[in-house]
Amino acid sequence: MIGFLQRCWVGQVAAGVIAVSLMCGWIWKSQTVRAAVDRTGDVFTYASPIELIVSSDGKRLYVLCQGSDEVRVLDAASYAEIKRIPIGHVPRGFSLSPDGKQIFVANSWDDTISVIDASSLEVVATWAVGAEPSSVQEDRKGKHLFVADRISNDVAVLNAQTGEEEERLAAGRGASYISPSPDGRKLYVTHVYPNSTAHRTAPESEITVIDAARAVVAERIPLRGIAHGFHVAWSSDGRLGVVAELHPKNLIPLAHLEHGGAFADTLTLFGADIGIEPVEVPLDELERYAARPFGVAIAPDKSRIFVTDSGSENVTVIDVPRLLRFVHAHHGPLAQDLSASANYVVARIAVGHDPRGVAFTHDGDSLLVANRLDDTISVIDARSNKAAATIALDGPKEISILRHGEQTFYTARYSFQGQIGCANCHIDSTFDGLQWDLEPDGFGRDIVDNKMLEDIKDIAPYKWNGGNPNLPTECGPRTEKYFWRSENYDDLTLTDLVSYLRSLPPRPNRWRQADGELTPAQERGKTIFERSTDKFGNPIVETNRCIYCHSGPKGTNRKIFDVGTRKATDNSGLLKAPQLTNIAITGPYLHDGSAATLEQIWTVFNPDDKHGRTNDLTKDELNDLIEYLRTR
Amino acid sequence: MKRLCVVAMLLAICQSMIAAQHAATTSTAPKPHASAATPDGTKALPRFRFENFTTTNGLPDDHVYSVLVDGGRIWAGTDNGLGVYENGKWKTIGTKDGLAHRAVLSLALDKRTGDIWAGTMAGLSRISGGRIDTFTQLNSGLSNDVVYGVSVEGENVWVATAAGACRFDLHTGQWALYNERNTPMEEIWVYGVSATPSKVYYAVWGSGVLEYDQKTKVWDKYEDPDGENEMVLFKDQGLIHEITTSVSYVDNVLWVATYFGNSRYDGRYWHNFLTKDSGLPSNFTNVVKGVNGNRAWFGTDKGLAYFDGTNWAVYRPSLTTGKPEMTVRDAQGHVSEIAVATAPAHNYILNIDFQGNDIWVATAKGLSHGILQR
Repeated sequence: MIGFLQRCWVGQVAAGVIAVSLMCGWIWKSQTVRAAVDRTGDVFTYASPIELIVSSDGKRLYVLCQGSDEVRVLDAASYAEIKRIPIGHVPRGFSLSPDGKQIFVANSWDDTISVIDASSLEVVATWAVGAEPSSVQEDRKGKHLFVADRISNDVAVLNAQTGEEEERLAAGRGASYISPSPDGRKLYVTHVYPNSTAHRTAPESEITVIDAARAVVAERIPLRGIAHGFHVAWSSDGRLGVVAELHPKNLIPLAHLEHGGAFADTLTLFGADIGIEPVEVPLDELERYAARPFGVAIAPDKSRIFVTDSGSENVTVIDVPRLLRFVHAHHGPLAQDLSASANYVVARIAVGHDPRGVAFTHDGDSLLVANRLDDTISVIDARSNKAAATIALDGPKEISILRHGEQTFYTARYSFQGQIGCANCHIDSTFDGLQWDLEPDGFGRDIVDNKMLEDIKDIAPYKWNGGNPNLPTECGPRTEKYFWRSENYDDLTLTDLVSYLRSLPPRPNRWRQADGELTPAQERGKTIFERSTDKFGNPIVETNRCIYCHSGPKGTNRKIFDVGTRKATDNSGLLKAPQLTNIAITGPYLHDGSAATLEQIWTVFNPDDKHGRTNDLTKDELNDLIEYLRTR
Repeated sequence: MKRLCVVAMLLAICQSMIAAQHAATTSTAPKPHASAATPDGTKALPRFRFENFTTTNGLPDDHVYSVLVDGGRIWAGTDNGLGVYENGKWKTIGTKDGLAHRAVLSLALDKRTGDIWAGTMAGLSRISGGRIDTFTQLNSGLSNDVVYGVSVEGENVWVATAAGACRFDLHTGQWALYNERNTPMEEIWVYGVSATPSKVYYAVWGSGVLEYDQKTKVWDKYEDPDGENEMVLFKDQGLIHEITTSVSYVDNVLWVATYFGNSRYDGRYWHNFLTKDSGLPSNFTNVVKGVNGNRAWFGTDKGLAYFDGTNWAVYRPSLTTGKPEMTVRDAQGHVSEIAVATAPAHNYILNIDFQGNDIWVATAKGLSHGILQR
């Protein structure tokens, strides 16, 4: 039993610890690191709201629910549910036609667009488009529908009346979000993966600017140093454009997280208010990070910019006049300056898990935020910059193991100062197209390309060198030590995270024909893949046949080989045969990402036939082999 | 034997090019018989005022392989970069900007997207909204880095290279290669391509013309019925020669240029054009571009020629004096000279494109803009 004096003493000590912790910046840990919540092994279908639209008359709120494959229609005043409209699989983006009469939905895993009549709230048409449509926008005249295709890296231009595809415009890699300028004359397309650049050079993305009337690419605004671009917003006067983005620091060793060692969470500003050259500005502060900015909106009066930070689970509020004054007063690179944002960030408002899309209410007084992994909508008072309410969407209230694992994957709360989460490098649970210099193998050693996460169940060991025997090791102590630089998950949370990763299915392969048959070129390629003799009739040793290392449904026998790709910076040439799942979309290739394309694996990096016997192949035969690999 | 012939022809071409550079002093081409009056039939032949561009007024290089009209913008593929002429100014795109190689041999416009495709000595580049993507034989399925010809039709980019033809499907990203293993092509040095929704034609140097039917997906081939014999035994019996350099398919009529004369094929009948029985200034023809089924322009080593279905006109610096010259020839073979003040920059013509009623001409010594005179 602790006496009164003792209790006082304990209390004083505790207060001292808290004070010290505050000074050290540690207090956030005790607030944010949570033990695994109660969760169930049942599997639920969650709504997972990802984007929001307020109807033209302000009476309805449309909620794009990625988990339940539906658009939910709510009363914009009471938030009461009016209707659920079933759509395609894994919808990722939607928009209202300029006349407000139709809602267009991009169904990313179906490769379709759902057309919803906004009065009857029925799907009136479903149109086929390119690979993984992620955003859709109609032009002002209702002539064309523009669709950003994430995997085919283009913008499909459809006849807005018939849905017939007229052309595809070359976009950047991972074309995902389309935003119109206020006058509708230009469309701004952003991309979640970096464009191809020379090996170990700074990543670069772009804003593809489309002339909506002519349906051609008018220009491309380079986003230098940016690997992942998300939403774009425009001020109502059309003078200020803003894109939310991620600026990785993958060219330097990932030695620490202090001072934003891994990423800068930034905005790029462009337009007449900024000048000819776009300007990148940071959202991070020394101990407060805006992990993974995603959604962005500018207040109708242009007073503030609101940005959802999906990893940090808050909304950053920026004072626009102060921002513009700062930008015009400070020249030079600003992205790494952790003191900059204090000049213009005026609030950071806590919201739910994985906040994504935003929309203003019709009167502009409130900002609505879709909290994807909470099934809630945060209502923020846009004048006071405070959370006013949280609206829970109808659905299961229990947290399943997989849901908790997904929340764990997307949050940044486990890393030092809440800077990064798994999804920083595995965009939308995939990959990032970047190469990183990680600490475990020594700085400057073993530069590794980031891998796709889908379909990774039962392909242990993990890592390029096969050094991690299982996913708990990969995601647990390794991540804790070399990535989060912080406390790690409790055992149950780690289990949930691993369960989530093991549950990730492969996305549909876009190179396979609908009937499952191979094209003649793919069939010829398969024969090469499986051959045991070369073109001269010489036997190919078993371990040098494609099908030996890349065997089984996932294309890996999980063994370690030296395929002659060791670089001067590599500690060893021994690498685990990587899986082939959806290999067509995961470039660059090889363990260090040195092969920009599948072709280069063999045209450049296989001079001695150690990575399979391929130097007897003609160019067209190599093309056939690649056509087959794309079906894996 | 055939390869020896090809080598011999290469030597002949080199000699011809050298000769063309010094045409004013070395040409032995017979001077046309000038008549006192202009034949009536030739009065409608177009007159141009030629404005010539060289490095002195901003062109990246005087040796211009290719020219492309893109609305009000002109693209010039030169030996030292891709020139873009817009609003009266030239801008140069080079390897530092991402272009595959400085020497741009061929150009094509994707009319739907506005993208420009540039075939170079070291790969194929796409210029789209200011971004340049390059496809090579090492980083893509492109058959060979030397890209002599490119043509865009629908969602396919058809490419002619030094080692076969190929097609790049813009939707799927698939490259299909065409060579001696899967087409009737005997040689694989593919020099030109003309793609339309119905047919795709390749000019295969030493192997005639290759035809791809877009509907049936079947390849066919047109060869010189005289075989490798350089003599024309039977005129109009078929393609004039195996060594083809350029094809142009328009209004269901195929125009073919060779180093030994030119041909027109309407799907049933061939008609051949030689200097001895037409207004062609030379049989050595680098390029043909059909205006329609009856009219076409020819770029030779001795000037620019136009055929209106009956009459001929030739525009060039005089082979003897170097002064601007225009000659016309009617159906009866009457030749007369038209007094002109300007001519294309050089008589060695490499490429042609149209801008309304105007013509743009790529030559070995500059780019020429022929402005139609009313």
